[in-house]
Amino acid sequence: MANKLTRAVAGVQEWFNYRTPGLMPAYRKHMSEYWAPKNFNLWYYFGSLALLVLVNQIVTGIFLTMNFKPSAAEAFASVEYIMRDVEWGWLIRYMHSTGASAFFIVVYLHMFRGLLYGSAQKPRELVWILGMLIYLVLMAEAFLGYVLPWGQMSFWGAKVIISLFGAIPMIGDTLVEWIMGDYLPADATLNRFFALHVIALPLVLLLLVVLHIAALHEVGSNNPDGVDIKKTKDARGRPLDGIAFHPYYTVKDLFGAMFFLTICAFVLFFEPTFGGWFLEHDNFVAANKLVTPEHIKPVWYYTPYYAMLRVVPDKLLGVMTMFGAIIVLFFVPWLDRSPARSYRYRGWKSKLLLALFAFSFVWLGKIGAGPGTDPNETILGRVLTFYYFAFFITMPLWTKADSTKPVPERVKMHD
Amino acid sequence: MANEGVNHGRRRFLTATTVVVGGAGALVAAVPFIKYWLPSARAKTAGAPVQQDISKIEEGQMIITEWRGQPVWVVRRSKAQLDALKSQDSRLRDPKSENVDQQPKFAQNEYRSIKPELLVMVGVCTHLGCSPKFHGEIKPEPFDAEWKGGFFCPCHKSRFDMAGRVYQGVPAPTNLKVPPYTFADGDKTLIIGVMPEGAA
Repeated sequence: MANKLTRAVAGVQEWFNYRTPGLMPAYRKHMSEYWAPKNFNLWYYFGSLALLVLVNQIVTGIFLTMNFKPSAAEAFASVEYIMRDVEWGWLIRYMHSTGASAFFIVVYLHMFRGLLYGSAQKPRELVWILGMLIYLVLMAEAFLGYVLPWGQMSFWGAKVIISLFGAIPMIGDTLVEWIMGDYLPADATLNRFFALHVIALPLVLLLLVVLHIAALHEVGSNNPDGVDIKKTKDARGRPLDGIAFHPYYTVKDLFGAMFFLTICAFVLFFEPTFGGWFLEHDNFVAANKLVTPEHIKPVWYYTPYYAMLRVVPDKLLGVMTMFGAIIVLFFVPWLDRSPARSYRYRGWKSKLLLALFAFSFVWLGKIGAGPGTDPNETILGRVLTFYYFAFFITMPLWTKADSTKPVPERVKMHD
Repeated sequence: MANEGVNHGRRRFLTATTVVVGGAGALVAAVPFIKYWLPSARAKTAGAPVQQDISKIEEGQMIITEWRGQPVWVVRRSKAQLDALKSQDSRLRDPKSENVDQQPKFAQNEYRSIKPELLVMVGVCTHLGCSPKFHGEIKPEPFDAEWKGGFFCPCHKSRFDMAGRVYQGVPAPTNLKVPPYTFADGDKTLIIGVMPEGAA
């Protein structure tokens, strides 16, 4: 019996290998013979977790489209219908909305990991740039999705974000009308945002994720020591400090996924709006184009940039600062001139400035989420915005000037 | 593929012309897809003038009506509010309403209105399109200790006085917009979207 089965499996395998000879080599390259450094730590969970959340968003998203009505007249009621009347609709919807915030949590940690261990440095510049493009598309995707329930925050958030493009000289006003398809966010806007949210951007996102992983697997993963493991290989040409991605890291990531899903489930079942951070309270009120909510703020993952927009007392400059803050991130691979990749072998200046940067980014987020009426906070916001840009612009200077410790030949804890 | 006797010049010419013609075709084909996003005929026709009964607005009171999908405020200003306007000139960006895009000519005066007491204004912040809140009382506010009444935008904290003129040091670049309007029925009815008779 077992013999028959083995032969059947082997037969099928042979049938496929003959017709797609590239399949097994591709599997080996990306899974069973992808040599990943053996010293991955906690920070290395967030890439695979981001992939997991992406799958969650796609699956729950497909189910939501089955009951959602992308029209200004029906959208809000159809979301409430999903929440109240559709069997398990509340779960699917909360999985999608909690998933959006979870996505940004893991992506921000994933990006910080990159800064911590110098993962953007040569030869991983393309990996970083593709990752930044994913971040950019993800922000657009999340914004479009937030508009769809057509609550108060959906409407006024859409109005503010689309109006940002009106700051562009000459073509601004026409561009705003072109994006909205009307003179204010209306049925046409909602309907096209739906199309972009469920078809256009997910396709772009998936393509970018494939390219991001493909680019990574060409050059190999960085690690907490920033050691180039390809320098020390065994007789068969395998890195001595590398282990096969499958099964070692698939099992490790599976453990991380279970841990992560447990936390997500807790949020999902006990605090799905996370006190107004994941879903703002004003968005449980249907859109009213004549009344702006008292406290308007974006969802938490945009608040650092929103704070920058708000503390600059000029429309065009404010918009440029906000977009500039994201664009400057693309240049990190060339701004970072440190001879050591990982912060473990960098000097105190780099460690201090990076810690300050993380701190100022979080504080900007806090300012952006607040009411913004305190003039002292505005001044602090300007200082932090200045630091944000100064951190990147002067990065070539302090990464070069900082004293570094010698980077070892092999990763620590090798046998 | 036979490579003998290949006319490379002809091959290059054919490749280049194919690229040019195909590229031009792709550009032209993009036009419908780009124009598809412009406001449709139905959206364009939804901009007719609206009428509003204003006989019952009390002094200091504001009503909000809708014109072209935007909020339009109508405020009957008190004497104290009108008197305070002049004192604000030095704190404003454009006290004399010199930016002609922000009001019809008939409103390019101190009160930015036809009748001094009656303010008619498009209630959309010139920063990023939120609708500012009415704070009509002359009293210190958290956002301005010397507040003389006006409008405060909850989104990005822009401030405007009781004539919709923007303060300095806020993100909004220009004064609030005054729509074209006129009166009918012995001044009991306001018509928004129509210029007064005789005005250009």
